[in-house]
This record gives sequence, C-alpha cells and structure tokens, in this order.
Amino acid sequence: MKALRKFMDKLKPHFQEGGRLAKLQSVYDGMETFLFTPNTTSRSGVHVHDSNDLKRSMITVVVALLPCLLMAMLNTGHQHFLALGVEAGWGEKFLFGLLAMLPVIVVSYGVGLGIEFIGAQIHHKEIQEGFLVTGILIPLIAPINTPLWMTAVATAFAVIFAKEVFGGTGMNIFNVALVTRAFLFFAYPGEMSGDKAFIKVDSALGYGGSMEQQAADAFSGATPLGHVVTGDMGNLPSLYDAFVGFIPGSPGETSMIAILIGAAILLFTGVASWRVMVSVFAGGAAMAALAHGFSTPTYGASLLDVPTQLCLGGFAFAAVFMATDPVTGARTRTGQYIYGFLIGVLAILIRTYNSGYPEGAMLAVLLMNAFAPLIDYCVVQVNIRRRLRRSRATKPEVQI
Amino acid sequence: MLSKRNKEVLFNPLSKDNPVLVQILGICSALAVTVKLEPAIVMGLSVIVVLACSNVIISLMRKTIPTSIRIIVQLVVVAALVIMVQQFLQAFSYDVSKQLSVFVGLIITNCILMGRLEAFALSNKPWPSFLDGVGNGLGYMIVLVIVAFFRELLGSGTLFGLQVIPQWCYEHGYMNNGLMILPPMALITAACIIWVHRSRNKDLQENNK
Repeated sequence: MKALRKFMDKLKPHFQEGGRLAKLQSVYDGMETFLFTPNTTSRSGVHVHDSNDLKRSMITVVVALLPCLLMAMLNTGHQHFLALGVEAGWGEKFLFGLLAMLPVIVVSYGVGLGIEFIGAQIHHKEIQEGFLVTGILIPLIAPINTPLWMTAVATAFAVIFAKEVFGGTGMNIFNVALVTRAFLFFAYPGEMSGDKAFIKVDSALGYGGSMEQQAADAFSGATPLGHVVTGDMGNLPSLYDAFVGFIPGSPGETSMIAILIGAAILLFTGVASWRVMVSVFAGGAAMAALAHGFSTPTYGASLLDVPTQLCLGGFAFAAVFMATDPVTGARTRTGQYIYGFLIGVLAILIRTYNSGYPEGAMLAVLLMNAFAPLIDYCVVQVNIRRRLRRSRATKPEVQI
Repeated sequence: MLSKRNKEVLFNPLSKDNPVLVQILGICSALAVTVKLEPAIVMGLSVIVVLACSNVIISLMRKTIPTSIRIIVQLVVVAALVIMVQQFLQAFSYDVSKQLSVFVGLIITNCILMGRLEAFALSNKPWPSFLDGVGNGLGYMIVLVIVAFFRELLGSGTLFGLQVIPQWCYEHGYMNNGLMILPPMALITAACIIWVHRSRNKDLQENNK
C-alpha cells in the first residue's frame, strides 16, 4: 500500500495545473480516489460524512451481482453442451461460460468507461463511478449471442443519450442498462428474440463447439416464456430448474437462487430499498394470480401459476437489480410502494397479454422510471395538504 | 431586388433562425416523413411552394383582412394551396404521394406556416414575404434531408432507394438498425443536429452563468 501511495504521490505533480498531463487531471483524480479514501474535508458549513459513499454502494451492488454472474457463466456452459448433446463436467461448463461472457464484459466496460472518461476530460469534471454497475449489468441482461459490435453501439447510445445528456451519474431519468437492452431489442429485434438468441452453440474464444457444429435434434433454444407465448405448454421446465437457473434466457436472469442471494446482500447492506423489492413481487404475484384466475388458452402465459410466473424470465432480476436503482426510482416511502407495485403489475401484464413481447420486465421498469418523479410529486403534495389541514384544525387562528 | 435586408430575410432561416433547429417548429412532420430521403425532399419542396405562395397572397391582402378573422383567412389560403399541391403530386408522382399519405394535407397545421404568416407576411410587402417563405421552407427542408439521410442510411442501408452499404458488410454480420426507422430516432437525430448547431453558434446558447 505504501509503495502505491508513493507512486501516486510521485505522479501527482504531472497532473496538476501546469503539469505535462494537466488535461488528464480527472483521470488521475479518479484513480486516486478509487485506490485511497480522499482525506479532504469540506471547508464551509457543517457536514456529516458517511463513509458509505457512491463508490462503496456501487461496489456493494457489483458484489451482489457476483452470484448471478457466476451462475450465468455456469448456465451458459450448461446450455451450450446441452444443445450440442455433449456430456461435460461442471468445470468445462464454467470455463465455456467464462470464455463466452468475458468478451461481452470487456466490451461493455471498455465502451462505457471510455465515454465516461472522455466526457469527464471535456467537461473538466471528476470521473463518476456510476458505470461500474451498469457495465456488469449489460452482459447479464443482453442475450448471450448478441454480436459484440451491437453491444458496443447500444452501450455507447445508452451512456450518451440516457446518462451524459442528462448530466451524468445520478441525473439520468431512465436506467442506463435497461436503455442499452431496449436499444438492442428495438434496433435488432431479429437477434434479440426467438430461439437463436439465448444459447451459444458455436465456440467461445476457440473453446467448445462441436466439430460438426450441429445442435442436437429436437433442440429448441427459445426461452420458456418464448414457448409459452406461442402456445407451446409442453416444453416448460420444472419449477426446480427455473429456481436453480438451468433454463435458457438472458445470462443473469435465469437463476432465482443467485438473484435471491444478491437481494439478501443488497438488503443486508441497506443499499437497495426493500419497499421497492417487496412491492414489485407483490404486484407481480397479484397480477399473476389475476391472470391465472381468468386464464385462457389465447394467452399462453395466463396458464402459468404464480410461482412459475415469478421464477421465469427477467422478472426477479428486474425486481432486485433494476427497480431498486435509487436514481431512477421513486424516493418517497409511499411512492416506493406504488412504484414497485405498478412495475410488478405491468411486467406480468405485458408478458401475459401482449404476444409481441414474451417478457415485459424491461418495458415495465422503463415505463415506471418515467412516472417515478410524478409519483413522488403526488406523494409529497398529499403530505403537504394533510399537514396543512392538521395545522388548521389545531390552530384555527393561523391563516394560510 | 436583393438588398441587404432581403438577403437576411432569405438566408437567416437557413441556419441562425432555422424554423426547426432554433424555433423548434414543424417537428411533427419532421418525424413522420423522414424515414426515406425521397419523401423528405418532396415534402420539403411542397412546404416551400405552399409557404412562399401563401406568404405572397397574404402579404397582398394584408391591408384588407380584418384583424378579427385573419386566422380564418390564412387557413383558407393555405388550405387551397395545400390541396393544389396534393393534386399535383397525385397527378405527377403518385408513388411518393402515397408514401407521404396524409402528411401533405397536414401541411395546413404545420406551425411554420401560421408562424410566418402571422409574424412576417401580415406586416411586410409581397417580395420580402416571398423570400421569407422560400428561406424558411429551405431551412425546414435542409433539416428534413439531414435527418432522412441518417435514418435511411442507418435504418435501411440505402440512399434514394439505392443500396449503398455493400453486401460484404452484411455478410460479416452488419445489420440495419431497426430503431432508426421508428419515430423516436427521428427526434434523437434532430436533437443531435440541434446539439451540433448550437455548439457551432455560440450566440444561440443561453447564458447559464
């Protein structure tokens, strides 16, 4: 640690005003605060600082995402060898998944952080670490077969138009990772759905893939919800498989167990709001029960019972990691209940009654992102009115 | 003919006083007709014709129109011109008029038209009014063409219906961006043009400090 400190101190003069690399000051600043806790204090007023700053909350979310990431790698390998009809051990499966996901992670971080760094240099601002989480979310929610250049284009679009134009980290209206996915989904619909998007059949960085490159017979790579939307109820995985995570789907969303571990970490550290999380599940369960009560074969997804609805697709992942984003979600307590409940209802509603979209969690969260400020406004106004009425009732002489 | 003032009237709307980029008028039709270049250009030309002619007509009548009913008079003039343009397109370029469908008719509601009639033609002589109409129509058309250029190139890989992105790109995994064909990207493209335009013209930026 001391050697690192010395090294950073030695570099410092170059990056300060008048130094050779003064233009890259924010890069140095970003690296320094990334490595060491800054020892500067505010000069005016009284400030109480919690050591739980933006960096630490971001890292907590990344840690909470690790179980999902590991399960994603394992499942990617599992589905790959299953599709090829080849027996393989857990080690091989994990290795394949690792090699398949690594390029996506590198591209997502490379493009996103690159734009953030350049933006910070242009505006002479500190580099903000908001992309740490987004960069790991993107590989987890984009289908595994998304070509890398598409991921790069979508990430660049989302970082510039969903975040930087609104003023950077903490100012965005929409969840950046979900904007990336929405961009992919609407720009290249052929690559993002159907039975070829979610299972990697060819080799990853030269590893895996069979000689004849032939998928096993009677193999279908569509997600369970993709089957359901076409009215094919025979191909449903068991609830156990869906819970553990060995089903086709976007990498991060398949394993309920990993998501629940992540949720436990987020709740234990207090980074995410349990109000949002619980109410998303409540809303989803309510809507699923309603849909199941009026089930018709016209809408395949309405035949699913409540636990299956909540386990399949990206619902749980969206509830734990997307809806709880503190920047784009509602901030008032009552507002968080309303916000989460509506996300749950909308996600299941879109999934069940709109055959064009087998999965509605993404659209539900993005839609409610747009309404979050309005919900907060209404909650605050109601509160103000209530307190005004109370003060009038107790002190009739006060005229407002 | 082209005094200094008239030149300003003609050329200011192209950039500094652009109806779309600076006054943010006529955005709706800019979204609707810019998927391809050809309809965008035809739409731009139609607006130029309608705007220039209606400006001249209103300017000629400006002293006889009672103020209380001037909007209705303007609407009648514009509607008559729009119907003429529509009939002309249906007669001589049927395919394009099919693509433009209702949007030629909707030139009547284009905010640029009423804006120019109210702001300029009602208080100026016919010749400057004509120049003002042509200038604003051109300013509108330029933006339409730029937006349509990017949307057609990235969304369909073509320009004027001709394939410009070579086949080998597609063979190596390139794909057209389906989002460019959807209306949201027209707004975002227009926003990018506004962004570039404002950063080039410092005097358009509001003072934030």
